[in-house]
Amino acid sequence: MNAASAKPLNSAAGLDVERIRGDFPVLQQEVQGKPLAYFDNAATAQKPLAVIETLDEYYRGYNANIHRGVHTLSERATAAYEGARIKVRNFINAAAEQEIIFTRGTTESINLVAQTWARTNLRAGDEILITGMEHHSNIVPWQILCEQIGTVLKVAPIDDRGEVRLEEFERLLGPKTRLVAIVHISNALGTVNPVHHMVERARAHDAVVLVDGAQAAPHTRVDVRELDCDFYALSGHKLFGPTGIGVLYGRKALLEAMPPYQGGGDMIKMVTFEKTVYNDLPYKFEAGTPHIAGVIGLGAAIDYVNGVGLAAIQAYEHELLAYATEAMAAVDGVRIIGTAAEKAGVLSFVMEGIHPHDIGTILDHEGIAIRTGHHCAMPVMDYFGVPATARASFAFYNTRAEVDRLVRGLENAKKVFS
Amino acid sequence: MDLKDLYQEVIVDHNRSPRNFGAMEDADRRLEGFNPLCGDRLTLYLKLDGDRITDISFDGSGCAISVASASLMTEALKGKTVAEANAIFDDFHDLLTVDNPDPDLDKLGKLAALAGVRDYPTRVKCATLCWHTVHSALEGEEEPISTE
Repeated sequence: MNAASAKPLNSAAGLDVERIRGDFPVLQQEVQGKPLAYFDNAATAQKPLAVIETLDEYYRGYNANIHRGVHTLSERATAAYEGARIKVRNFINAAAEQEIIFTRGTTESINLVAQTWARTNLRAGDEILITGMEHHSNIVPWQILCEQIGTVLKVAPIDDRGEVRLEEFERLLGPKTRLVAIVHISNALGTVNPVHHMVERARAHDAVVLVDGAQAAPHTRVDVRELDCDFYALSGHKLFGPTGIGVLYGRKALLEAMPPYQGGGDMIKMVTFEKTVYNDLPYKFEAGTPHIAGVIGLGAAIDYVNGVGLAAIQAYEHELLAYATEAMAAVDGVRIIGTAAEKAGVLSFVMEGIHPHDIGTILDHEGIAIRTGHHCAMPVMDYFGVPATARASFAFYNTRAEVDRLVRGLENAKKVFS
Repeated sequence: MDLKDLYQEVIVDHNRSPRNFGAMEDADRRLEGFNPLCGDRLTLYLKLDGDRITDISFDGSGCAISVASASLMTEALKGKTVAEANAIFDDFHDLLTVDNPDPDLDKLGKLAALAGVRDYPTRVKCATLCWHTVHSALEGEEEPISTE
């Protein structure tokens, strides 16, 4: 990566945020006449120039279909595509690149597991355990499966701080629990779940474990072998990569025993009208022409994140979140939703007498982008008794000065409604 | 765009103290409206005498635009016939959605305060949820309506 080779983006003193911001073209603009402060990173993160240029180079220089071409461009595209798979493998420390399946995103990764592993291995009455803070994408695929085959969805409740009640989680693990599907970091609350402990407990009950890592991958080091989970799902676009590309990590033995997700080209070895032989891993799960540019772009995003350094990112964001939490809590009328001991990247809040949507519109006038609504986690909203929250979510290019503007924006919102 | 064009005084006032707010025990029609994007929910209550709206109220929760719009709507529709109500809805809808609208401001009255919403396309649904709900209620619809 050219930008990082000249001078590191982090040092003992922390991140060189000014230089990092220079790597993100979208941040160099004004919105409503004010510099953009982008606090909607949990929805999607911005893209560094390295990713944008990688996509551009692919389409300008070596756009070709992969795996079957003998011509030069196809070989280049295939090498870049498979090179990105190795980058993903190293990024999450999977044992083999055959365990890295490219999908459209976390949602598709979870649906894939539901419709292949779970649909063939679970029986009516078997239980699937999730938590009360799941994103809809880790609820609905299981509900669909329950309707299809009669499995039972169980939910480990959360408490007022937005933490899973571990004694309840433990209590719900039983002989019928065949699958545990849990979020690593909550998009609505910012809670970092004690996933190591939860995976260990689930596996002690012989349950297969899927971890939804959509929010975790951009903020913390993920090591699927250390975690010892069976499946791990993540999205490229939250990791500073392109939209429409994601990853399903799966333990090789499980993936090999699973039926394919979709049928089509590239996922087969041989097709006759009588019989089809499926391809080896990981291609068995990658039917059709994949999002080649997206995969290569995701590889560039991983290079970029590695260049900044996840340890430095985590330390910087932790400090920024603490600063923002203190500043927001000092605003009269603000109630922070999600006060877990371990949090990452997300500040969800409501304000007395001002609906989140109005907060969002008023902040937009200041050039500040936050998200408002239920964050695809309606059960979390129900639990906290709010129809919606306002949510500021951070990335390593956000600054204290931007947080100060956010706080001033909230004071301004109060004036509008005073 | 000035924020004050959106959050006009009359809107802030109707959000803070919504008129005709509360359940109506003896309503002839009752219908729920829901905006899944924002989580806005309201229930609309109507009392009818023939085709005339003799009483109207609402309850629920939502953003300032949706609450103020519902409040202003109840004031505008009380005593109107169904045909008159539909005509006001058409004018109001045009005000928020049509390019270069030519609204009859006299007819719209205080509802014109919501004109600023047209500059915020994501918020138009907030302002029209109550209108879609009342329209469906007058048509005899009983299933909750949704803006999505």
